[in-house]
Amino acid sequence: MPTVNMNVNGEAVSGEVESRTLLVQFLRETLRLTGTHVGCDTSQCGACVVHVNGVSAKSCTMLAVQCEGADVTTIEGLADGDALHPMQEAFRDNHGLQCGFCTPGMIMSALDLANRNSAPSEQEVRDWLEGNICRCTGYHNIVKSIMAGARAMAAGQGG
Amino acid sequence: MHDFTYHAAGSVADAAAKVAGGEDAVLMAGGMTLLPTLKQRLAQPSDVVDLAAVAELRGIQVSGGAVTVGAMTVHDAVANSSEVAAAIPALADVAGHIGDPQVRNRGTIGGSIANNDPAADYPAALVGLGATVCTDRREIAADDFFTGMFETALDEGEIVTAVRFPAPETAAYVKFPNPASRYAIVGVFVARTAGGVRVAVTGAAGCVYRETAMEAALEGNFSAAALEGMTASADDLNEDIHASAEYRAHLVGVMARRAVAACG
Ligand SMILES: Cc1cc2nc3c(=O)[nH]c(=O)nc-3n(C[C@H](O)[C@H](O)[C@H](O)COP(=O)(O)OP(=O)(O)OC[C@H]3O[C@@H](n4cnc5c(N)ncnc54)[C@H](O)[C@@H]3O)c2cc1C
Ligand code: FES
Ligand code: FES
Repeated sequence: MPTVNMNVNGEAVSGEVESRTLLVQFLRETLRLTGTHVGCDTSQCGACVVHVNGVSAKSCTMLAVQCEGADVTTIEGLADGDALHPMQEAFRDNHGLQCGFCTPGMIMSALDLANRNSAPSEQEVRDWLEGNICRCTGYHNIVKSIMAGARAMAAGQGG
Repeated sequence: MHDFTYHAAGSVADAAAKVAGGEDAVLMAGGMTLLPTLKQRLAQPSDVVDLAAVAELRGIQVSGGAVTVGAMTVHDAVANSSEVAAAIPALADVAGHIGDPQVRNRGTIGGSIANNDPAADYPAALVGLGATVCTDRREIAADDFFTGMFETALDEGEIVTAVRFPAPETAAYVKFPNPASRYAIVGVFVARTAGGVRVAVTGAAGCVYRETAMEAALEGNFSAAALEGMTASADDLNEDIHASAEYRAHLVGVMARRAVAACG
């Protein structure tokens, strides 16, 4: 069985996997980082979005072995102790979630946008969320959260 | 997903050797189509040869009026390349409207054209611009590359290395996207090139094709008005829950007129 080595949330980890083991399985089942969710397992919903080498990716559509040597960040890697990341804080402040199932993927996807565009317009946020599905909120408060979170990050409150 | 043996290739030659060495080996680019296919057990390769670490396959070069995009260049890189935007803005536009941001972060031009999904966007850009597909063995004109539904002129184990696009005088792509996946229900790429007008249609039929009647009409008068009343023939067009063949035929005319108008 292949051994895979990667950096997850700043920590070097390694584990035995099968070639076919998905990144999301490695994160959830081997590392027990269950913040990353599986909604569809068919590359559509974005609940599984994490960052691989700084850009957002669907961890249900990557093999763990494709991440050999990579830096992976999951939702668990954002908060600084008890202090939430500004994007997390913005979701809380703006009621950007209901059941919360889509939220980790929404936040990881939103961070990729905020890293490229510190003041996205409403339309830019909506276009960006093409790959993130929410069954609860109707998106309005998610869009508000992301715009506020991006502003907070640009204002230097972390990120 | 059935298990397989995973290999990371270090170079094109290494990838070719590894594919030839496997009993039933496949190449992997970003895995954006391959992994969903394997999950559905529609294929059961013995070996998967990952091209991700092959540096020579990645990158964009603009020179002598042509844009060359390495096979492993992701859609996001083409969409956000200032060089592509300057030389062939329509190409950046095509890449920027494929799927969603996460698909664009990992999906590649080589994987997209080797797969030749009948609803994929890049095939329309390649045929519309009269591009050339470079492989580890030869060069293939786009007109000869896309041979049928999910079929290409690639031989067993042949590796796409790059695509070379000649810059047109003007070009635009307009698609009517499937609202869920963003694949084209119908997409039309129109270009006025040194060699004449080209109108390439994706999504409508089993494989990208050229609307030669529209090309002839635009040759004399390059304006949306020249296509007034023109549609595609509905014979042999795709029919599914998203659109009937007749509706697709109608959309070909509408998208073509919008694309010509967008050429400015
Ligand atoms: C949710 C979703 C939405 C999408 N929406 C769109 C859309 O709107 N429009 C669109 O056009 N596409 C869309 N796609 C497809 C996307 O563009 C992918 O880039 C494309 O499927 C190819 O993926 P890939 O580059 O990762 O290749 P892979 O999945 O890794 O490979 C695909 C095939 O190509 C072969 N291959 C890969 N590289 C090479 C090479 N260099 N030489 C020879 N063979 C090679 C592989 O063996 C495999 O058979 C979507 C995909 C998803 C998951
Ligand atoms: S679980 Fe990965 S996209 Fe839905
Ligand atoms: S909050 Fe329930 S799915 Fe988005």
